[in-house]
Amino acid sequence: MSRDVLEIRWHGRGGQGAKTAAAMVAEVTVEAGKHAQAAPEYGAEREGAPIKAYTRISDGVIRVHDAIYYPDIVIVLDETLLDTEGVQEGLSEDGILMVNTSKSPAQVREQLGLEGRKLYTIDATSIALEEIGRPIPNTVMIGALVAVTGVADVEHIKKDIDKKLGGKLSEDMLQGNMRAVERAFEEVRSEDE
Amino acid sequence: MAENVALTGNDSAAYALRQINPDVVAAYPITPQTELMHKFAAYVADGEVDTELVRVESEHSAMSATVAASLSGARACTATSANGLALMWEILYIASSTRCPIVMPVVNRALSAPINIHCDHSDTMGARDSGWIQLYSENCQEAYDNAVQAVRIAEHPDVRLPVMVCLDGFILSHTLEGLEVNDDQDVKDFIGTLDRPDSLLNVDDPETFGMFTLQNYYFEFKKQQVDAMEKVPAVIEQVGQEYGELTGRSYGLLDPYRCEDADIILVGLGSTTGTAKQAADDLREEEGLKCGVLKLRTFRPFPAEQVCRVLSGADITGVLDRAVSFGLGGPLFHELRSARYGETAPMIDFIYGLGGRDLSLDNVKDIFRSLAEARDSGQTEPTTRFVGVRE
Repeated sequence: MSRDVLEIRWHGRGGQGAKTAAAMVAEVTVEAGKHAQAAPEYGAEREGAPIKAYTRISDGVIRVHDAIYYPDIVIVLDETLLDTEGVQEGLSEDGILMVNTSKSPAQVREQLGLEGRKLYTIDATSIALEEIGRPIPNTVMIGALVAVTGVADVEHIKKDIDKKLGGKLSEDMLQGNMRAVERAFEEVRSEDE
Repeated sequence: MAENVALTGNDSAAYALRQINPDVVAAYPITPQTELMHKFAAYVADGEVDTELVRVESEHSAMSATVAASLSGARACTATSANGLALMWEILYIASSTRCPIVMPVVNRALSAPINIHCDHSDTMGARDSGWIQLYSENCQEAYDNAVQAVRIAEHPDVRLPVMVCLDGFILSHTLEGLEVNDDQDVKDFIGTLDRPDSLLNVDDPETFGMFTLQNYYFEFKKQQVDAMEKVPAVIEQVGQEYGELTGRSYGLLDPYRCEDADIILVGLGSTTGTAKQAADDLREEEGLKCGVLKLRTFRPFPAEQVCRVLSGADITGVLDRAVSFGLGGPLFHELRSARYGETAPMIDFIYGLGGRDLSLDNVKDIFRSLAEARDSGQTEPTTRFVGVRE
């Protein structure tokens, strides 16, 4: 892929909202005037099955319609996938890996045997349970992505959460999602900490 | 005012259907088309269209009801995928031969067995002799634009034939992309109203459709379909140009990309051609290979003359086929080779992506490289190659 396209690969399990997260990030960047593409990779659709989703963002037109093999950013919504999915496969040398886990970045680095790249962790499931009442980590991970990369505006994200989930969730859960995004800004851990 | 929105392929086709505001839509759900009709049904429920949505018990009934509505003078649409299209089979031929200007998005998906919900073109390729016009879409923008233009093409008095608007299952139908949509009123003005004086409900001038004809008249009906198809290319070009004046996005039968000076041209349909364009750019820059891509927007009628003109300067041509005719090879390749009868420049067929197997940018680059190698060595055998399949 030409270098002016930012490619994000999401790894999750069915039901964790990877598809929605991939689409949400694309949608807000389109609304901000950029080009974007989001695609889920469907296998057998069942809760708990490993799934991948893709987001591409660019200032120019995005023409490719293939899977993402050389991501700039990998986001893992479920830490049990670290052992099975080869999540870091193809991740660019200066790429970012972001994992939902209570472990530290150093612990994940050791677990994966990862060299180079930047590693971030956040305990998104705990935050989601506390704020939303359900173990769905996607909005927290979006918050962490925005906090680390600035790839989208957090206010745009919140507006999109309102638009996408407003009709589906109770007001409490909706506000919980907003707080979850904000907490991601505070609680995402880099290796410098 | 036109505006930029982020929509999936299904939602963009549904958005076009909302603006078309058909009199009748009859549909039955099938993955990956389901969300398209789901979305359109929501427009109906919300009163955003005047459409009578007929919920039927199968695709055979969906197409039957759509044909009946069309023959009654209604603007009628439906949508389907794969096995659903296969179940419509009998009525597809009736729709075209009774000259129903139906518009039908087809979300391309592999045919069973084994059962598979993902993209290939085996569904619409099988329907290539059914008398329908076929337009293929590279991205969500084109799925939307093609659906709007299809109404004008189908209903043109010189044509009066049904149109399939093909978009790749999942790769487009479930992929969110930014696109520009037209103002509702602009679409309304662009498509105008359907003028079908010879309808079943016109009691002042009664007509019959699909009547019994034997050796005496059947052949003449078929010749009329042949003649109508011959008029389609000019109409597609005219509508595509007018659409360009309205939206800034012009369309033709083909979309040649960097073909003027290309030595190696890859021909294809649908979303893969976007990936191929990127591969052509990359290889020109990185390896000095003069690559081009020829996207066929129109597969039926087959734009033989126009394709030959674009390919005339190339040393070698590759064809990307996302379907297979068992015992022959790729349908696009064989039609293209037939169109180029008498040409000596070599052609190689690349069958890929059956059942949704991904064709990566790297895969397409390898295809271009293998074409360069075949040209340099003169070794073009085998002329049918399978990309990314385990032997």
